[in-house]
Amino acid sequence: MQFMLLFSRQGKLRLQKWYVPLSDKEKKKITRELVQTVLARKPKMCSFLEWRDLKIVYKRYASLYFCCAIEDQDNELITLEIIHRYVELLDKYFGSVCELDIIFNFEKAYFILDEFLLGGEVQETSKKNVLKAIEQADLLQEKTENVYHSKSFIVCKRAY
Amino acid sequence: MPAVSKGDGMRGLAVFISDIRNCKSKEAEIKRINKELANIRSKFKGDKALDGYSKKKYVCKLLFIFLLGHDIDFGHMEAVNLLSSNKYTEKQIGYLFISVLVNSNSELIRLINNAIKNDLASRNPTFMCLALHCIANVGSREMGEAFAADIPRILVAGDSMDSVKQSAALCLLRLYKASPDLVPMGEWTARVVHLLNDQHMGVVTAAVSLITCLCKKNPDDFKTCISLAVSRLSRIVSSASTDLQDYTYYFVPAPWLSVKLLRLLQCYPPPEDAAVKGRLVECLETVLNKAQEPPKSKKVQHSNAKNAILFETISLIIHYDSEPNLLVRACNQLGQFLQHRETNLRYLALESMCTLASSEFSHEAVKTHIDTVINALKTERDVSVRQRAADLLYAMCDRSNAKQIVSEMLRYLETADYAIREEIVLKVAILAEKYAVDYSWYVDTILNLIRIAGDYVSEEVWYRVLQIVTNRDDVQGYAAKTVFEALQAPACHENMVKVGGYILGEFGNLIAGDPRSSPPVQFSLLHSKFHLCSVATRALLLSTYIKFINLFPETKATIQGVLRAGSQLRNADVELQQRAVEYLTLSSVASTDVLATVLEEMPPFPERESSILAKLKRKKGPGAGSALEDGRRDPSSHDINGGVEPTASTVSTPSPSADLLGLRAAPPPAAPPAPTGAGSLLVDVFSDGPAAQPSLGPTPEEAFLSELEPPAPESPMALLADPAPAADPGPEDIGPPIPEADELLNKFVCRNNGVLFENQLLQIGVKSEFRQNLGRMYLFYGNKTSVQFQNFSPTVVHPGDLQTQLAVQTKRVASQVDGGAQVQQVLNIECLRDFLTPPLLSVRFRYGGAPQSLTLKLPVTINKFFQPTEMAAQDFFQRWKQLSLPQQEAQKIFKANHPMDAEVTKAKLLGFGSALLDNVDPNPENFVGAGIIQTKALQVGCLLRLEPNAQAQMYRLTLRTSKEPVSRHLCELLAQQF
Repeated sequence: MQFMLLFSRQGKLRLQKWYVPLSDKEKKKITRELVQTVLARKPKMCSFLEWRDLKIVYKRYASLYFCCAIEDQDNELITLEIIHRYVELLDKYFGSVCELDIIFNFEKAYFILDEFLLGGEVQETSKKNVLKAIEQADLLQEKTENVYHSKSFIVCKRAY
Repeated sequence: MPAVSKGDGMRGLAVFISDIRNCKSKEAEIKRINKELANIRSKFKGDKALDGYSKKKYVCKLLFIFLLGHDIDFGHMEAVNLLSSNKYTEKQIGYLFISVLVNSNSELIRLINNAIKNDLASRNPTFMCLALHCIANVGSREMGEAFAADIPRILVAGDSMDSVKQSAALCLLRLYKASPDLVPMGEWTARVVHLLNDQHMGVVTAAVSLITCLCKKNPDDFKTCISLAVSRLSRIVSSASTDLQDYTYYFVPAPWLSVKLLRLLQCYPPPEDAAVKGRLVECLETVLNKAQEPPKSKKVQHSNAKNAILFETISLIIHYDSEPNLLVRACNQLGQFLQHRETNLRYLALESMCTLASSEFSHEAVKTHIDTVINALKTERDVSVRQRAADLLYAMCDRSNAKQIVSEMLRYLETADYAIREEIVLKVAILAEKYAVDYSWYVDTILNLIRIAGDYVSEEVWYRVLQIVTNRDDVQGYAAKTVFEALQAPACHENMVKVGGYILGEFGNLIAGDPRSSPPVQFSLLHSKFHLCSVATRALLLSTYIKFINLFPETKATIQGVLRAGSQLRNADVELQQRAVEYLTLSSVASTDVLATVLEEMPPFPERESSILAKLKRKKGPGAGSALEDGRRDPSSHDINGGVEPTASTVSTPSPSADLLGLRAAPPPAAPPAPTGAGSLLVDVFSDGPAAQPSLGPTPEEAFLSELEPPAPESPMALLADPAPAADPGPEDIGPPIPEADELLNKFVCRNNGVLFENQLLQIGVKSEFRQNLGRMYLFYGNKTSVQFQNFSPTVVHPGDLQTQLAVQTKRVASQVDGGAQVQQVLNIECLRDFLTPPLLSVRFRYGGAPQSLTLKLPVTINKFFQPTEMAAQDFFQRWKQLSLPQQEAQKIFKANHPMDAEVTKAKLLGFGSALLDNVDPNPENFVGAGIIQTKALQVGCLLRLEPNAQAQMYRLTLRTSKEPVSRHLCELLAQQF
């Protein structure tokens, strides 16, 4: 996989992960172009399209589009399920995930992605194992956090 | 599991994010961000040391701002500080910041690498994984240099945790993809293969990706993985849907791993071992069988995962192309999908069938689906699916169904999306030519193409119809009649006028006997279109007119009248004016015999591959279903489309005359000189006609099409580029360097700046600087014409072993260079070890439709990495004596090619890079120099002595270095300079 983008129906980029070295300028250009292309497509259309010399695989979940760019030899359907597994991971972690979770806890979204995909390849497909890794990290965080701030900062997403 | 709110809430961050979300306008958002940036800056600069938490919070805010699309130019140092925090949460944010905002600032990289090194050595798996993720996310060369040697050790160490192994495998993969030269092969590679046997499915999943990549580069070293992969696959495929617990996905056991294993097997031909092969075939059959079973779940995830494996299995079957039974089963399975209600499956089935069509075993089976595919072309609502259907029709076309497919594609063209029209036109043109049984059908088809989609008929297409008509006399009369009829339509496309003009000019005489198409009628029909046409077409028509004067003397007076008109003779366009003047003069001064010779019918064109095929390939980019390039296809199955085969359809005797249409001509024909004598005219007239058109500048529709053309063709790696290591030659052949390349190179041995190359079209200037083993070179490409260069792509190629000796990183340049414009390309050069041959610079572009390519030697020679060394006479002689082995010395005695001027010689030697040492040689006429060649791997000390003999006009040059090839090479390089 060469990159993964998450963006909203309004075209706002929510997460970007690049697995190939590109300049910021090029990244912005690609993002702009792809967001436009994907948003222009109608709901019943197929989830794959050719773009430059890559294949784009995308799927919409509620207000968010998940969009991956893969190479010619890569498997489209399994990529579609990579997207789905990532959504499941987010959902399990956040508890019925919504776009706001990803906005306010963007760093978590990146951490979960890193446990699942690394260097553009699937690293661990077991939901249990991925979430275990993240939870362990959270536990570590809580311990250290409490040393610093006795007051606990609970960010409840519904508050915003 | 509780919702997010885990203890790490950063309240300030959340407040800031909701502030941003509440901003009513872009301006308000920018204002809020600037306020925050100012705040963070002052915190970072403040006297009060920040605690880890605040640092983390601010770094996180910066990250958020960056991800919103704003530039961030500070905070890196604070992020690096976080890396060395022993609080996990701070470290994690630090790593995230570094991964997202990596900066090649060398100071920081060193600090980052240090922190990573500590974490890798920490033996704390969580920290180790963080560090590995960071390396994998950044994947830069610097990181490769620092860690490529350590990671294999971590990967195969017995005591590494599973999660660490997983991260290490993929981290190594990323580094290997970025800089394969940095990853040392060794004892670990054998152990990596055995990870396929690992108990932990996650480890296997990660390792397969790495192994696949390694196999692609070194298939022989990893052959053992075949049997391991097969047995692993077999275990998965035959397991019950719940056996693999959490690795079962919607009742499908380990779909990701299965797909990866099937992918891995595609790096190799079918297994040689009969038992392994039997087991594999069994697996493939099981997958095909399972596809027929009723689904275990209605969820789309179940069917997607199952079909992902199925499609990958079919890919492997196609790759092997040796099991007719499996191929036909695959085809039938795909046939079912062609009518599936899931658009995705229809799309993939069409795509996959395209490759099946190119196998001799399944070609016939694919053809049975023709009606379904034609129906898809007509009824699919999604253009990308229709596109696939058109591709498949093209791939399944052969002599038996060509007429049906071509007519369906023509019909589709009338309503086709603009985006794919040009491609359809190209495909129709290719099929019509390839499977033409009678050429009148071919001519009809092409004229239909122009009628239906004239705007999308590129010049390659109509050039080709002219070539074929010219080469086949049995179709010329029919062609003349048909174009004549087509031109009678009240509104006909300009491309029709071009084809009509050319054909009537050549073969109008064949229909002149019919009073309805008598010469005056032909002329007035053509001339009625003249005023509505572009300059290029009018120029072509003028050539037709002069040809008419020869074919039909009775039209001479009329045509001379036209040529003489002020609108021609004083036309503002120089090309039209010149043609009018020349043709008018020619028609009045030349005798009938001369006219007949000069304006004789065009000789047959030399046989060559249709340039339409080349164009289609460029449009589709590399590997676009052309199985031949993938090496997948059996070379015996010649009758199938998609590959590149010379078309055997046109028969003609190869003509010794040059490339008349100039389709692949090098420089465009210069403007015809003034008509001074019949001799030069003869040349001009031949180079006229459509051939001269590229030089007339693109007509509007050409420009339009070329804009549609993706820049992909010459740059298949577009996304991987910028600053990627210079691509290897890849599948495209790089031509040999131009003959004068060596001479041009010699000019730059002693200097770093100047003009490297110049011809009528292009000038290439060089500016370079070198320090120690590093260099930076600026190449300036100037377009000397007034026409835009398209698909402009200069690449650097390392012939032979040079890749391991010299690293050249290039930045991509714009693919279009406007007329008169100059573009700059920066090359970063690193000398890894001593080298003898310079890298090659290959420049390709299209000029007015004609592909141009040029290969030069890049002026990077070993002496560029010279560092001058000053030393006293005593030291010099001592070292000179140390290098006294015969192979360490190279000597040359040669004649002076230039005046022997001491000052010039001095300048050259300094330019060569060595220090000049005074008072060393007892003879003051002689020159003595010393220096060190700096490479990354080693340093080579060099001493040199040049003894001029003014009387004999000779030099004696002696080089002594610690390495034999270097001595010889330097001696050769330097000797050519005097």
